[in-house]
Amino acid sequence: MKKRFSLRHALVLCKRNLIKLTRTPEQLIDVTLQPIIFLALFLFVFGGAISHGSRHDYLQFLLPGLIGQTIAMSSISIGQNMNADIAKGVFDRFRSLPIGRSVPLVGAVLADFFRYLLLCVIMVGFGYILGFRITTSPLLLLAALGISICFALSFAWVSLWVGMTVRTAGAVQGVMFLLIFPLSFGSNAFVQASTMPGWLQAFVNVNPLSHLVSAVRGLLLGGPVAAQIGWTFAWIIGLLVVFFPLAMRGYIRRT
Amino acid sequence: MTELAIEATGLTKSFAETRALDGVDLAARRGSVLAVLGPNGAGKTTAVRILATLLRADAGSARVNGFDVRKQPDKVRESIGLTGQFASVDEDLTGTQNLVMIGQLLDLPRRAARQRADELLAWFDLTQAAHKVAKNYSGGMRRRLDLAASLVGRPQVIFLDEPTTGLDPAKREDMWDVVRSLVSDGSTVLLTTQYLEEADALADEITVMDHGRVIAHDTPHGLKRVVGGQRLTVRPADPARHDDLLDVLRGIGGEHPEDDGRGTVTVRVAGDEVLPDVVARLRAAGIAVDEFSLHLPSLDEVFFTLTGTRSRDDNQEALV
Repeated sequence: MKKRFSLRHALVLCKRNLIKLTRTPEQLIDVTLQPIIFLALFLFVFGGAISHGSRHDYLQFLLPGLIGQTIAMSSISIGQNMNADIAKGVFDRFRSLPIGRSVPLVGAVLADFFRYLLLCVIMVGFGYILGFRITTSPLLLLAALGISICFALSFAWVSLWVGMTVRTAGAVQGVMFLLIFPLSFGSNAFVQASTMPGWLQAFVNVNPLSHLVSAVRGLLLGGPVAAQIGWTFAWIIGLLVVFFPLAMRGYIRRT
Repeated sequence: MTELAIEATGLTKSFAETRALDGVDLAARRGSVLAVLGPNGAGKTTAVRILATLLRADAGSARVNGFDVRKQPDKVRESIGLTGQFASVDEDLTGTQNLVMIGQLLDLPRRAARQRADELLAWFDLTQAAHKVAKNYSGGMRRRLDLAASLVGRPQVIFLDEPTTGLDPAKREDMWDVVRSLVSDGSTVLLTTQYLEEADALADEITVMDHGRVIAHDTPHGLKRVVGGQRLTVRPADPARHDDLLDVLRGIGGEHPEDDGRGTVTVRVAGDEVLPDVVARLRAAGIAVDEFSLHLPSLDEVFFTLTGTRSRDDNQEALV
């Protein structure tokens, strides 16, 4: 008889991860300072050149893009942390307990929900200070944050898979950067895809981050969103279907 | 229900090029203590990991609390507690948080988990440190918390992997008392150790391992008979009396004198009954001593005896 996954167990381990987070708050830098720095950097350094004048217009365009990019960047830490965490004795204790095998990993992802929530709040809050304005409704803002966090929790499994596969925590970062840079810059996060060469547009148009950014843009600023939301959820499910089993396999094989 | 709480036959496990276990048999009766004695790299930890369902054996089978480790891992996990070198606690959590977490993972309601945690912390003399982060615990406190963590679910079978390695002698005695009280409550304990003394103090039976094989299995008494009783170590205050000391030791039947080159002499003796006689003779000969101790043979000596006398008939009974 196999012990089945229990949400209650996952929540217990989610709490463990949150307690660990409070012991080393510097782990929150990537979801607190990073969005602020990126927003300021792109707006004030590149914003003028990219937008030919209207910084406000570029801020409206940039902020949804940066939500996508910083979400991808912030996924690195879960893979890194679990790579280091799993080498510690407490994971052997988890393995010796009659709980579902996936519980420790799911617990870590659930705890990341709060990190991503923080990231979104800080991004929108700092954007607001700089002059960003939603032109739709607060309800659609919640929908935008919801879809962003769903995407983040799904994308986290890519990072977990890398974390379970490579040897060191440093290598997790290296591999994830290789993945995230083309994904975030080869998207419509910073500039319109129409300014790019055709072959690149082809990549940008299937890039999951592009779909997420388009969906968030539509939800915050108006315009048609149904198709982009559909594509985003398709990616969310697709990433989970592929990377959840891969991460689990890596976890079980790692002793 | 079988009479054996732990039963393994022909366990084999290889890592890359090394054969960690090469056909290991282990057995522990319900309510007994089995000590697995061996040096680093003997395969003790690998064997425990297999029995605790953390590793799969390449070949062989094992049952813990009557359940097959391969086919019923969750039943095994419900029966066991694991502590030692590897299975430990979360360093970023406090003592209470660690124990409550494990209680909740074992499906105790919050209140009951809390209560069990307090109970265990009190038992292990950690109530004062209950709200300290485990990272800041001393070595001894950390071991006690590790052990407490493995007892949250009142397991019937407890694996202790080198529970006292690195502890000072007083702390070691405390740990031994804990093991004894666990067994008196009806649990079965398998403990691995590098110290014959520890095995002797706690175990009902001892399995000696080396290079992934079992080289002996016996009661402590039987094993001591094979390796030749105890050792008496004496260092004369005056190095010039070395030869006189040797005469005295031979006189009480001390066999195989060994000299460490710095004046300390170790002989094999049958047991502690020779002590008064040695003391009397040393006094009569006027030899003052700086060091005088009776102890069990070291692991090295046990191994030398076991592996070096394999062919002798009178030792065959001790060899599996």
